[in-house]
Parts: sequence; C-alpha cells; structure tokens
Amino acid sequence: MYRYDQFDATFVRERTAQFSGQVARRLAGELTEEEFRPLRLKNGLYLQLHAYMLRVAIPYGELSSQQMRKLAYIARRYDKGYGHFTTRQNIQYNWPRLDDVPAILAHLAEVEMHAIQTSGNCIRNVTADHFAGIAADEVEDPRIWAEVIRQWSTLHPEFSYLPRKFKICLIASEHDRAAMRTHDIGLRIVRNAKGELGFAFYTGGGQGRTPIIGPLVKDFVAQEDLLSYLDATLRVYNMHGRRDNIYKARIKILVQALGAEEFTRQVDEEWLRIKDSVLKLPEAEVARIRRYFAPPDYEKLPVYVESFEDKKLSDPDFARWIRANTHDHKVDGYRIVSISLKPVGAAPGDITADQMDLVADLADTYSFGEIRATHRQNLILPHVRQQDLFEMWQKLQGVKLAEPNIDFVGDIIACPGLDYCNLANARSIPVAQRISRRFSDPKRQAEIGELRLNISGCINACGHHHVGHIGILGVDKKGEEFYQVTLGGSSAEDISLGKILGPAFSYDEITDAVEAVVDTYLDLRTGPAERFIDTYRRTGIDPFKEKVYGSLKERRSAAE
Amino acid sequence: MANDRTVHQMVTAQWLLGGESIYWTGSAWSESFAEGKVYADQAAADAALAEADAFVKQRKIVGPYLIEVEMDATGPQPTSARERIRAAHNATFAIDHGSWSGRIAD
Ligand code: SF4
Repeated sequence: MYRYDQFDATFVRERTAQFSGQVARRLAGELTEEEFRPLRLKNGLYLQLHAYMLRVAIPYGELSSQQMRKLAYIARRYDKGYGHFTTRQNIQYNWPRLDDVPAILAHLAEVEMHAIQTSGNCIRNVTADHFAGIAADEVEDPRIWAEVIRQWSTLHPEFSYLPRKFKICLIASEHDRAAMRTHDIGLRIVRNAKGELGFAFYTGGGQGRTPIIGPLVKDFVAQEDLLSYLDATLRVYNMHGRRDNIYKARIKILVQALGAEEFTRQVDEEWLRIKDSVLKLPEAEVARIRRYFAPPDYEKLPVYVESFEDKKLSDPDFARWIRANTHDHKVDGYRIVSISLKPVGAAPGDITADQMDLVADLADTYSFGEIRATHRQNLILPHVRQQDLFEMWQKLQGVKLAEPNIDFVGDIIACPGLDYCNLANARSIPVAQRISRRFSDPKRQAEIGELRLNISGCINACGHHHVGHIGILGVDKKGEEFYQVTLGGSSAEDISLGKILGPAFSYDEITDAVEAVVDTYLDLRTGPAERFIDTYRRTGIDPFKEKVYGSLKERRSAAE
Repeated sequence: MANDRTVHQMVTAQWLLGGESIYWTGSAWSESFAEGKVYADQAAADAALAEADAFVKQRKIVGPYLIEVEMDATGPQPTSARERIRAAHNATFAIDHGSWSGRIAD
C-alpha cells in the first residue's frame, strides 16, 4: 500500500496545525461562523442535526490494519464508539466536539490519514474498484493510477475553488463494481489495439437532482497524458461551469449543455496546448508508485483444499456465506472476503470500535494487514487463504459481521438521512432496518438473489437511489416523511437510471411496498437465474405498479 | 396565506462546541425542548431571535432560527419530523455503541 513521502507527511502535518489555529481563533472570537464554515468544510467538518460530523478520507478505499485500529481508537476516545462507512469510501464520525477535532486530525496524521478535500468545491477523495489488484478480470491495478490522481489533485491550487464538488472514480475491468459512470469523471483503464494501456474518459456523470449516466467522451488517453487530459477537462469546467446556480454547477450540466462532442472538442483544444508540459507523466514516477502496490508474498497454494470443501459440505451456513460473501481471487488458493456491514436490523455501514479492532486483527492474521472499504458500505479482506476461511468466519460470527447477504436485498445502501443529516427530508436508516428485518431469513434472501436496494434521505442521492435495482428516496410532505420508489436502476456495467413507480409511500407503508415489489418479481421471473433487474427490463414497470398499489389498497381498506 | 390562526414559535440553535440542539427559555438556553419559551406573536418571536444574536457573538451558540410549534395539553410539540428528531438529541434507532463507556481518558 502507498506510504506518504516527505511532501505528504509535511502537508498533512501543516494542515493539522493550521486547522488547530483556525479552531482556536473561532473559539476566541476572531472568526465568525460565516468565516469559519468554509475553513471547517475544507477539513471535512460539517455541522449536522445533533452534532458535528467529521468525514475522513480513505483514498481509493484502502486501509491498513494499523489505520483501522486508529479509527477504532478515535471512535472510542472522541465519539460514541462507532463510525459510519459511506458510499464514497470515506468514514464519518457523527459526534465529535469542535474542540476535539484538532486532536483527532493529529491522531489521523500519525497513520497517514486526514479529512482534507472530503468536502467543499474541490476534487474529492478519489475512489476505485474495491477489487483493485485482486480481480482476475482487470487489465491493470487501478490503485496505482488512483494514487497518481490523488497526488495531482491534492491541494491543486487551480482546482481548489471549482464551481462545485468534483468526484473521480477508476476501474480497470469490464465489470463495474464502483458505479464509475455516476462520477464527474469516470475512468476505465483499457488496452488499445496495440496492447498499450490507457484511459477511457466518461465525463459528466452524476446523481443528485439531475441524474446522468456519464457519456464516453474519449475512448483512449495514453498513460503519460492522463494528468494533462484531466487538467484540460477541469480547466474547461472551471472556466465554463455555472457558478451562478448551485443546481446547475456540476460538470454534468456543462457537458449536457454543450453536448458531449463540443465539450470534448474544447477539452482537446486545451489539452493540445498543455499535453507536452510538466503534466506529462514521467515513467520513473509511475514505476515508483507502482512499487508500493506490488502484490504481497502470496504462497503457492493448492486450488483444492479438502478441509475447506468438507466444511462447506457439513455446514450449510458456512457454505451460504462462502457463496454470498467471497469471490475468486486472481491467485489460486486465495479468496476475496466481503464483510457485510449490514447485519439484520443494523444501520448500514455502521461499525463499532470493537468490530473495527477485530477486523484489524483478522486482516493481520489472514490478509497481509490489508482492508478495503467499498462504495456499498461494506469492508473487504482482500487475500484470505481458503484453508483459513472457516476459522475466520467463526470469528466474524462472534461480532455479528458474518451476515451472508452481499448483493442481496439485505445489503442495503443507506445514507445517514434525517437521523443525522441537516439536508435530509426523511430517515433512511430506520427504513433500511425495517426492510432488513422483513427479509431477515438468509435462505429467502439467497433465493431472491441479486437485488440492490439503495436509499437516500433526499434528492442529493448520497444513498445512490437512482441506480438501485430498487431505489427509495425520502421526500418531505408538510414536514412528514414519505418515500418515493424507483425501479430498474443499476450502477454496474449495465448502468441505468430507475423509473418512478408511482405516488410516494408513508413511513409505515414503505416496507410493505418493497415486499410487494419483491413478491411481484418472484411471480414474474422465468426462474432463479433471472435477476430482479433482468425481469424488470423484460416486463417493464406496469406489472409492478399494478401489484404494489393493488396490494396497498387492499391493506388500506382492511385497516379501515 | 391563511392568517386566521395563531402561529406559535420557539427559538432554537446549536451549541457551538458540541452542536447539540438548544431552545431559548426566555432567559437562557436549554437542551430541553419542553423548556423552550413559546411566542404567540411574530414581533415577540422576532425580538427573541434578535436577542439570540448576542449569544452568537459570544461564541456560545450557532445558527439560531425560529421553529413553529403546536400546543397541546402537555405543552409545545414540534411540527415536523426534523424538529422531533432534533429535540430528541439522538438518532431514532438504538445505536450499537460497542464498547463505548463514555469518553475514555488518555
Ligand atoms: S442523500 Fe440527502 S439526506 Fe442523505 S446524506 Fe445525502 S444530503 Fe443527507
């Protein structure tokens, strides 16, 4: 994993000292809230409904066991004993006190972490495929390039005051596990006909109030031109992005207004001017960064491990977990383990300090000390030997982290919503909890199969509702919480935006409505191999509409 | 706009240090919604809000604003989900605090 160089270490330390000074001046009355607000936001500190919230960056989702222990320490010492993993490979603390934040940042700096650029109109924490470096289907390890982008975008003076926030995501497989095309710039590492590595640019995607699937604007940018092409894209956006209207300020609106072709022409024009400047990536520098991502010391292991196969046969719960929560690793004898942060009835993405410590221990014992955070609010232990899986699974069970539900209906994405968030219309987490309890039987979940359910507490769409197979959006009706359901979204390589099912449901109706959607799917599907999304695409929304509102009507009249 | 009913209001804000929701009692700030002073006329509510500014300047509180409340037999009640949740000072579900046992010392 990447280690800070002198430059990184110095700027993080300096920024921590600077922010301590700003907090001190705020408390001494030298800064008003209006003056302080942009400064705290630059350091990931929000004021939410009940308390401050600190958002800590986990660049491209990669965490060491040592960093995880530090996150646990901070949760215990300065918060209420837990943290919340978000859809952007960040972790949030919900209860820090303002005067404790400088100390928290100092602790984070000790393990090469910070909260810089996790808020504000700048280039945010760069995200990547959480299977980076371990997926058999990737053409390159995207972390190397995510790190290049992290270094380029950190404190970039020209792009510190963009019209609006800016999110970049990288993948290197055909399979999109990172919702790549929902970002301001989605990058897919590809090979051209000559076998050279380069980047396909999908620019101008996004969610929020105007969801747009990022169009392919450039199918191949050579490695050495990555930064100049990014720079040129950001320059055109910085110049022409709508600063006059916050709802129209994202790059997606500019790309739509100009048309992808004209936008690309302008970027190319700028790029030709700067492509041979200092922005040309020196091979030696890429090689230096690449060395940090060298594979760990894998053992030569047999593909078939008898004890592992026996356990799967004798213990159906273990077998179910293996099927749902582990994936093929590119090295024989290892598997990728997903730790679901969605135990039945829990708050999606929440993890207690004790659980963090245990995950750190498991990473040390079984996975070369490596952990990943996923945009679906789960964790990954990237390299676990097959023969260790049973023992590890038992330990996960001991701390309620062995839910076998990855990509099932219980693996819900939910934003903090009205339980914490100042911008929310409605609660997300308790809705997720009710749905998760309704589908608590793991056998039933496995039978239903892949079904991605995403919940946002408002149109900002932090909970990715537009691209959930089932999306739920919290809306406000005269101060009360209602929920609009969309069907047919996807954030994977078959990306699509969900379509609104019909009138919104009340807090008490939404779980029944979701169950009716799922039951309708089970009735309609051609067989277990047809996923929810495929059935929906085959039948369209009408049969779902009919069934869901029909059953709701029945329930309402029965209640009267 | 219907003008035929009395609008009851309170002044709310957040502590600067911790961000907790607080309510103006007429003479001090309280974390208890029930202790908030209810203003039945707009001028009095506006005056109370203006008064809150002094506490902003003293760096005790941030972001004061007026909220509408409803009066029932037991006293004032919040009129939106948002204000109900703020008044309760917590998420509406049981948080699994894990090993948390208060803010531990260094
Ligand atoms: S989607 Fe809305 S409610 Fe949810 S975290 Fe984002 S801003 Fe808050």
